[in-house]
Amino acid sequence: METVALVLGALLTVLCVVFVARPLLRPARTGEEPLEGANPAELLRVRALERRDRALAALKELEFDHRTGKVSDEDYGALVGPLRREAAEALRELEHEDRPEREGLKADVHG
Amino acid sequence: MPELGRAALVAAFGLILYAVVVGAYAAWRGRRRLLDSATNALFAAFAAVGVASLVLLAALARNDFSLDYVARLTSRELPNGYTLAAFWSGQEGSLLLWLLVLTGAASAAVALNRRLVREVLPWTVPIIGGVALFFAFLLVVVASPFDTQAAPADGAGMNPSLQNPYMIAHPPMLYLGYVGLTVPFAFAMAALASRRVDERWIVVTRRWTLAAWTFLGFGILLGAKWAYEEVGWGGWYAWDPVENAALMPWLVATAFLHSVMVQEKKDMLRVWNVILVAGAFALSLFGTFLTRSGVISSIHSFTQSSIGPFFLGFIAVTAAFSIVMIITRLPQLRSKTRMESLVSREAAFLYNNLFLVALALTILWGVIYPLVSEAVRGVAVSVGAPYYDFFAIVFGLPLVLLMGIGPVVAWRRASLRSLARQLAWPTGVALAVGVLLLAGGAGSSPAGLIGYTLGAFVMTTIVLEFVRGTRARKSIGSGGWWPAFTGLVARNRRRYGGYVVHASIVLLLVGAVGIGGFSSSREVRLDRGEAAEVGDYRVVYTGSSEQRGANAQEVRAHLEVFRDGEHVGTVEAGKNSYFAEEQTSNEVGIRTDWLRGEDLFVIADRFYADGSVQLQVIVNPLVNLIWLAGLVFVLGAAVAMWPDAREQRRLAQRFAGEGALARA
Repeated sequence: METVALVLGALLTVLCVVFVARPLLRPARTGEEPLEGANPAELLRVRALERRDRALAALKELEFDHRTGKVSDEDYGALVGPLRREAAEALRELEHEDRPEREGLKADVHG
Repeated sequence: MPELGRAALVAAFGLILYAVVVGAYAAWRGRRRLLDSATNALFAAFAAVGVASLVLLAALARNDFSLDYVARLTSRELPNGYTLAAFWSGQEGSLLLWLLVLTGAASAAVALNRRLVREVLPWTVPIIGGVALFFAFLLVVVASPFDTQAAPADGAGMNPSLQNPYMIAHPPMLYLGYVGLTVPFAFAMAALASRRVDERWIVVTRRWTLAAWTFLGFGILLGAKWAYEEVGWGGWYAWDPVENAALMPWLVATAFLHSVMVQEKKDMLRVWNVILVAGAFALSLFGTFLTRSGVISSIHSFTQSSIGPFFLGFIAVTAAFSIVMIITRLPQLRSKTRMESLVSREAAFLYNNLFLVALALTILWGVIYPLVSEAVRGVAVSVGAPYYDFFAIVFGLPLVLLMGIGPVVAWRRASLRSLARQLAWPTGVALAVGVLLLAGGAGSSPAGLIGYTLGAFVMTTIVLEFVRGTRARKSIGSGGWWPAFTGLVARNRRRYGGYVVHASIVLLLVGAVGIGGFSSSREVRLDRGEAAEVGDYRVVYTGSSEQRGANAQEVRAHLEVFRDGEHVGTVEAGKNSYFAEEQTSNEVGIRTDWLRGEDLFVIADRFYADGSVQLQVIVNPLVNLIWLAGLVFVLGAAVAMWPDAREQRRLAQRFAGEGALARA
């Protein structure tokens, strides 16, 4: 029984080592690709997308709450304007964030 | 094959150590392939812990008493279900279960978010590995379940109080909850370490947090059901330190689940949310420490051991790490958004958070005060139920009130006039219920009367939310009432799942108030043929019997039960004397009236030689609503957790191309 356990234990260890080493054994392409980390452009873009989604979701929720009577006409009138402006600003910001990327891609294609 | 179990645990320890060290180096230096290798080590560790677990299960199934663990916790006569449940009945096995669930959850979380972990939050692997490493260390160095000895003829058996079906399910549920809280903690800390403090870690861990919270909540209720049936004092929650240990992280996780919505909707409370996640995780470790260390006298004192200092050290390291991470990332975490009004949904969530955290902290103080007192003054004190009851009422009733008000307040700001209009119906119904109850004699328990009135208030709000929402959906062309209703829930599962969870809390409140404020009890010694009356019930003692059970000698008192003069059934209550364990347990008799939700609860305290019996007969009104609340709670949580394809598409769109941009 002890021998079987030792063989099984050794087999488990070997399998684990092979599995763990596999990513290191695959052929390197042009050197190891670095991890991306926090790219400032990427962070700004995600923030802009979050802002857009948040503003659009808030508008949708406000419409629904108004329809259910949770938000009065008066409150709706006061809230909808700033929310629409926020959504429009977020969309503009996003467009601004995307422009350098699109221009970069265009340059890649034409270059 | 204990050697295989030991080898598997050593292999798991090595693999996790590799995942931590190599994973941290890879995250620090930006090495993708090294991180992939560390991630594989985490997966392999799960497999190795799985092998160790199978070895232990096999040893339990075979009654292999050459393993000290098996001999200490089982016997040949122990029923099979309990024999296998011994896996988590003792310290070493429960630590192994912790590690199994943790490596499994970590592997699943990392595998399901592989690109995110590999490219955006590379610190997730070493952080989650760090937690697993602690448990692997305990299992390899301090408390191995594979220690061997010369096999005795029979084992010592299992503590009788653990021989209850609810005890088979209760610990794994709690472990799933405790361990599940590691996932949001690890992703939150990885987000801080990677300086990625956007919403992504919240989006990824939302379901993990909900699942962990659900397991923890359901596990607490299973424990309450166990205590109700097995400990046999007629109550369901005794503010025992170990019960509180599970309640505290649940309360903090509840606060997090609410405040995270404020971050999603308003980009506020970012620091607060990270603090809550770290707090819930630290409290889940503290809960395990309390259960396992034996530092506090508890109904769970069968778990006492010497691993306490290790746990305390690890909690201190985790807390220090979290504090340092939060402080160093404060500039990125600060939000520019401010609260617009104190009458708004986000303000209601904030109030709810303050009450929840205050309740958790007062419970924590009650749990640790005896330790502090003994350490500082050398005086052993205990904090009893009145302390906890007081704070449960002081913070709990406003929380219930907020459950009724919060859903009808609009985001950003709401006018008081609009709020008053929304609350008119709930207030009217609550007042009507209060007056009716008062007229019906419920004024004997003022706290109970207030509880029921608030319960009616919240329940009306919930029903109205569903009705108004369905009507609005119908008005925008969603077909009939049923399609409008299902569309309403499907389009906002978290909100309406949350309302179902709120309804379960109301059920729990009604049940708890029923048993706490309106139960009746009587202690009586009865000779054969004599009767006792309690509430509407009359029980007649017809005699006792004795028989040999699977692993115990069972003595039972037989009682015929009458209500309002009508025979409604029988109840048996007695004691079991366990052979191997050489211990006696109370086996209470419970007769449930499902229609009324009440129990007739009988404890046979003592059997006399002359054939008479000392009984405690209790009528617990509405207690079964507490257990029903557990099922409704799980239903609501399932609705809230159910994946929403539309939302998934939106999020995929939001994060699509992010990697490409970063690589560009």
